[in-house]
Amino acid sequence: MCGFGGYFGDGVAPHDAQPLLQRMVAAIAHRGPDEQGVFTAPTVGLGHARLSIVGLGDGQQPMTHSSGDFTIAFNGEIFNYVELRETLKAQGHVFRTGSDTEVILHLYERMGPDCVSLLNGDFAFAIWDASRQRMVIARDRMGVRPLFYTTIGKTLYFASEVKALLQVPGVQAEMDPLALDQIFTLWAPIAPRTAFRDIFELEPAHLLIAEKSGMSIKPYWQLQYPDMGEPATYTDERAAAEELRALLTDATRIRMRADVPVGSYLSGGLDSSIVSALAAPMAAGGLSTFSVTFGSAEHDESAFQQQMATALGTHHNAVACGEGDIASVFPDVIRFTERPILRTAPAPLYQLSGLVREKGLKVVLTGEGADEVFAGYDIFKEARVRRFCARQPGSRIRPHLFRKLYAYLPGLKQQSAEYLAAFFGAGDDSMDDPLFSHRPRLRGTAAAKLFFSGDLRQTLTGYDAAAELASRLPQDFGRWHPLHQAQYLESRFLLPGYILSSQGDRMAMAHGVEGRFPFLDHRLVEFATRLPPEMKLKGLVEKHILREATKDLLPDSIGRRTKQPYRAPDSQSFVGKNEREYVQRRFQRTQDCRIRPFQSEGRFEAL
Amino acid sequence: MTQLIKDSIKTFIIENFLFGDTSYDLQDEASLIENEVIDSTGVLELVAFIEDQFGFVMADADIVPANLDSVARITTFVAKHAQEPALNKMSA
Repeated sequence: MCGFGGYFGDGVAPHDAQPLLQRMVAAIAHRGPDEQGVFTAPTVGLGHARLSIVGLGDGQQPMTHSSGDFTIAFNGEIFNYVELRETLKAQGHVFRTGSDTEVILHLYERMGPDCVSLLNGDFAFAIWDASRQRMVIARDRMGVRPLFYTTIGKTLYFASEVKALLQVPGVQAEMDPLALDQIFTLWAPIAPRTAFRDIFELEPAHLLIAEKSGMSIKPYWQLQYPDMGEPATYTDERAAAEELRALLTDATRIRMRADVPVGSYLSGGLDSSIVSALAAPMAAGGLSTFSVTFGSAEHDESAFQQQMATALGTHHNAVACGEGDIASVFPDVIRFTERPILRTAPAPLYQLSGLVREKGLKVVLTGEGADEVFAGYDIFKEARVRRFCARQPGSRIRPHLFRKLYAYLPGLKQQSAEYLAAFFGAGDDSMDDPLFSHRPRLRGTAAAKLFFSGDLRQTLTGYDAAAELASRLPQDFGRWHPLHQAQYLESRFLLPGYILSSQGDRMAMAHGVEGRFPFLDHRLVEFATRLPPEMKLKGLVEKHILREATKDLLPDSIGRRTKQPYRAPDSQSFVGKNEREYVQRRFQRTQDCRIRPFQSEGRFEAL
Repeated sequence: MTQLIKDSIKTFIIENFLFGDTSYDLQDEASLIENEVIDSTGVLELVAFIEDQFGFVMADADIVPANLDSVARITTFVAKHAQEPALNKMSA
């Protein structure tokens, strides 16, 4: 797990190559504080910042194959490298190191870019293939590890974070107005677009191949659900639960592979409790767990965290996110997210990775991904209730079912059917709308665009971020079950665009900590796509099959807990005694030409 | 067919409102509301289940105790309104 940057093309003069790569690597040194290295060849450069986790003594990068033909810079982990190495050895490959990096090189030697299909891991890598004079860049299936790129003339520049690309002469940090519209509608830019004009993100599960003649980008894997009405792959719930348990156990097992201790985040919810429970017996010397606690009862889950840590006998550590902490770290958080964000939730995770590092660990498992894969989010239930209401428009009874949702919003339980129907927009949307499940969220988020300046709104006239999202859906999307459509939207866009990036990789790597996600093992993801929707969202019980598969692992109080979404205090973090000078500055009318276009006349002051 | 419908409804009630406790003696004629098995939003969860499972939509006027307050009443109501393709799928 590391960071890298590089280029391909004749835009870098030979004497500029080393200094440029060193600057790029220095910009992302937080991702790899253990070692740094560069590789150059005519028209090619690779730079690498290493966080040593596997092959501590012999995994230096960039790494060149013994033939001299292939050189790799790699960020991430290949969790099945042990099995792959054995297979390759049996085929006659000879290894010089114990690292997973070298396994990719040999697999590439054998299969070329198709080698990605055999990798089970979280990765982004660039391989300079000198024999074919091409740069092959790949990103993992779910988008755990980042990869950004830009071109100047015919030269391609790429890096793990945008800040490394900004070291390239001629690359500007300029806000992309369409990306801003997307963020303030969908929470994240639609890849390949990023918040920065002319800087792009390689989409998850894609390969980029750059040659002298040009560049091609193509997917190597797709998230796919069965057509509605297709005979179910799984009809026996018990058998499905057993298969799930076996897959999740193995996904956790191979994610415990490291030459350093592996810890686990423990939020007190179902998912991280399951992962911690599976990992605890596998951790030599005991498992270290890490939690955030909050002062406000609305956000705090410390009682559940303690209960789980005690039940598992872990070495438990917690960091308190106190009043004022979010405002204090927020500028750093944004420096690492490299994009505007609509929530403060990344900030406590930034503190949490700091705690992990302080305790001497650099790898943690997390429960991230379970809500996408097994339908845990309230938005899935909300969509189901909205459809239920839409079957009888005008029903005065049906909207009462909304009271079952959002347990953390107790005020909802007191509301009338009319209020609930209006609040959730029941009846506002066509059930044929491909974005039906997410429409209320999109509308609510887009309200923030009122704060855009008149100039910016003018620039965006006629642009519809939701329509662009809808245009990016696969052809067979319309044939999927509504729950699967909603899961796809979460898994394909919000997961890599926000959860795994702004809350995941960027917050963990800010402190040189690698997050690992058993629920996002592609075998488990593919298995879950084939489960009937009612095994995942049973009535209004989320992640039903996951609860069934793991009920012996957890105390009932955790196993039956309704999903408590991870949230952190938002606006109150920045006002009153928590207000910081930078907040005041941002709310003042500014002449700063970088910020002014984004401030509406009058509305900011009114805030 | 009536037995299949009844079994399906019983299973739903046990799994969703009785935490899967199969030892609970769920009598066919017992009032689900008076025995605090289901509350008013639970009734709507039951309606959603019936509609999904049996392929018909219930009018507000049908969402009343006379149709929904016991396993027996639900079974009778469903047997009267269930759509054939949904029933065929059940018995397949």
